[in-house]
Amino acid sequence: MVGLFRLLGACLLLSPALVNAQINMPRGVTPVSQDIYGLHMYVIWIVVGIMAVVYGVIIFSLIRHRKSKGAVAATFSKNNLLELMWTIVPLIIITAIAIPSIRVLIEMDDYDAADLTVKITGHQWKWQYEYLDQGVGFFSTLSTPIEEVIGVEEKNEFYLLEVDEPLVLPTDRKVRFVVTSNDVIHSWWVPELGIKRDAVPGYVYEAWARIQEPGIYRGQCAELCGVNHGFMPIVVKAVPPAEYDKWIAERASAAKTAQGSRSDLTLPEAMKRGAALYDQHCGACHKYDGSGMPPTFPSLRDSSITTGSDINRHIDVVMNGVPNTAMQAFAPQLDDEELAAIITYERNAWEHDTGDLVQPSQIQARRQ
Amino acid sequence: MANGVPAAAGQQSVPRRVISFITRWTTATNHKDIGTLYLCTALLNLFVGGTLALCIRAELFVPGLQFVEPNFFNTLTTMHGLIMLFGFIMPVAVGFANWLIPMMIGAPDMALPRLNNMSFWLLPSATIMLISTLFMDGGAPNFGWTMYAPLSTTYGPPSTDYMIFAVHMLGLSSIMGSINIITTIFTMRAPGMTWMKLPVFVWTWLVTAFLLIGIMPVLAGAVTMMLFDRNFGTSFFDAAGGGDPLLFQHIFWFFGHPEVYVLALPAFGIISQVIPTFSRKPLFGYRTMVAATILIGILSYIVWAHHMFTSGMPYGAQLYFMLATMLIAVPTGMKVFNWITTMFRGSISFETPMLFSIAFVFMFTFAGCTGVMLAVAPADFQYHDSYFVVAHFHYVLVNGLTFAFIAGAYYWYPKFWGRMYNERLGKWHFWLSTISVNVLFFPQHFLGLAGMPRRIPDYALQFVDFNFISSCGAFVFGFSQLIFVYNMITSRRRGEPASDRVWEGAEGLEWTLSSPPPHHSFQTPPKVD
Repeated sequence: MVGLFRLLGACLLLSPALVNAQINMPRGVTPVSQDIYGLHMYVIWIVVGIMAVVYGVIIFSLIRHRKSKGAVAATFSKNNLLELMWTIVPLIIITAIAIPSIRVLIEMDDYDAADLTVKITGHQWKWQYEYLDQGVGFFSTLSTPIEEVIGVEEKNEFYLLEVDEPLVLPTDRKVRFVVTSNDVIHSWWVPELGIKRDAVPGYVYEAWARIQEPGIYRGQCAELCGVNHGFMPIVVKAVPPAEYDKWIAERASAAKTAQGSRSDLTLPEAMKRGAALYDQHCGACHKYDGSGMPPTFPSLRDSSITTGSDINRHIDVVMNGVPNTAMQAFAPQLDDEELAAIITYERNAWEHDTGDLVQPSQIQARRQ
Repeated sequence: MANGVPAAAGQQSVPRRVISFITRWTTATNHKDIGTLYLCTALLNLFVGGTLALCIRAELFVPGLQFVEPNFFNTLTTMHGLIMLFGFIMPVAVGFANWLIPMMIGAPDMALPRLNNMSFWLLPSATIMLISTLFMDGGAPNFGWTMYAPLSTTYGPPSTDYMIFAVHMLGLSSIMGSINIITTIFTMRAPGMTWMKLPVFVWTWLVTAFLLIGIMPVLAGAVTMMLFDRNFGTSFFDAAGGGDPLLFQHIFWFFGHPEVYVLALPAFGIISQVIPTFSRKPLFGYRTMVAATILIGILSYIVWAHHMFTSGMPYGAQLYFMLATMLIAVPTGMKVFNWITTMFRGSISFETPMLFSIAFVFMFTFAGCTGVMLAVAPADFQYHDSYFVVAHFHYVLVNGLTFAFIAGAYYWYPKFWGRMYNERLGKWHFWLSTISVNVLFFPQHFLGLAGMPRRIPDYALQFVDFNFISSCGAFVFGFSQLIFVYNMITSRRRGEPASDRVWEGAEGLEWTLSSPPPHHSFQTPPKVD
């Protein structure tokens, strides 16, 4: 019943947000995506031709050769020439499809002479981008608030296709992507770049793009990767090369300065940051109220790890994960302050009230 | 159920009657009884899988999360796929094989009746185990029917082990069933029933049985490795332990692609029986039909990695799998052209089985065309794992194969039960199904091309319109199938008595038997000229 109300509510909220539905593959903004689009249209017209002939003959027979119109059945049941013909003609058609396909396949496979390389790592359920030559890296997660998902707030134009930090790329330069994964198989798909590459743990899979127009291009994870598969979008912001150079230089210097500064947290501060970070990184599995989805995703409420006296055990689980389970290691993903805030939050939220306050320095001490 | 019931059944007390009913069906060795069991189980599973599908479409009616949580959504897609494939389409094909093969080749029964009983009873046991995972702690399998590692191994819920065991049992059941069918066709043909006189349905099942024997052990191997990775510390598919997640995909699709033809070939066989009957004209190009069946069988083994273009393969492998896949269009095309030429200059009438068959030819041809598009490797980088693929394989499996099996059900119903189904209801069923199934799946092509990934519980706003239309179609299609069930059940008692030949243009040994046929189909072998 609750579902039904939500459904009605969602219908009402939606009506002004209806956008014109797209029915064809986007042409895209890279040479590869445009060639794929061309190939796609070429094959579509061929199959439309085939269907026109096939359906034409069937409809003709259905109209002319029906018993109610007094049609008398012929008795022929074979014709060698005809049967040979519809073996040869399809062979010719598939050759006509195969030749341009091979050409595009060769083009897609050309990863040489790239101007910059971006490493893309899939995580449950966010993307990590690293500009390998500049030492800049960050995570990119969904920024749509949960209220829009469950229908208490109106959905915005880019519902589920918006992130906190987009991947910034220069136009007119050849970008090489190397795609891999940290846990399960994901797939990095941006239709307008003509790129879909599965992120497979233990493998590095390449792709390339030369973006021709500045703009914002959106995509989604395309390979089922667990609970929040539908909630790990990709946003690529393509900017002119000069703007990109400026941006990357700022990011590189910011990354250097950030390493030294580390101050102590107060409990209210840690709880506030921790709550937001928990929802972003932990809430999908352990649930926003900490109850989890046992047994795969244990409850954090009144668990010996989150409420026990051995704080270091708690810190270790969050930092290093638990081998052979879905619990991933967060030490490489979050900085000391963020980890401290999350752990403090878990120890004090949901009426745990242990009063424990974990400091960034404690995290740093356990990093070695 | 008129056959083989003890004459005194009517006078027994109620509990005795229940016991004799249970023993009759659990110990059944007659090919018709087992065929009936298969068909009923399949129908039941169709509704279980269909209910899951409607839950999926209900959630996707509008964006946002309304009815189910993302994790349960994933179990819905997984269980829908597994139940429909292993619980509906495979058993329905085996059910027709059991009923028809002995009658078509002039045999009294299947060659190995007790094996037949065992291969059937493994099926409900396995399906019950599979469905029971829905009620287990941690939920049912939630990694898609393709069970890609490591999502299904390291990250899978505990119930995964039950699913693995169910798959083992289903595999065993299919292998035993296939051995039985092959043995029957090789050894029990009536005198004069030479290979090139076999009805096409029998030919398609012969090839299917060989495919099953080839692929089911491979699937069993894949899930066994999963089991070991999950429980015994091996790392077949775990990169961290020196294993290879892509190995799973290669093994799975080595099973998975021929599996598509395991499902499709028997449906082709049914269409090849129905269309000549209602065109009142012999099947065109019998020899090419047989050749195409064998060719499809062989080619299906060597194209598996076209499901993996985006998984990561060297350029040469992509090229090979693209070209090999395109080749399958040739024998499949031969079949479609032969069906059309059979209708051409025939004397066509439009009884329900023929309507479903014509719809099959239309929609299967369409599915074949999108199949050619998907074979184009560079373009597949855009289509893969999107709703375009979902639309394509549902056009194959629902608009195509399911329509063919429904055609078969109407076509042989009067032969099986001795009474006609209700033609009026049949036509209602046809038109409602055909229109709604296209409303359901056609817009999904657009969704996929516009960029909607498959297996997502919630979607962005540019996908709103077509998802809404698609869900509307889904509910009409789902509920239209109740007409079919009503028709099948009520016509058993109320239908007009059927003649032996039933259809004016029907050819083949099964139509020389009475309707319903005697318990042991051919006590004395018929003479085939």
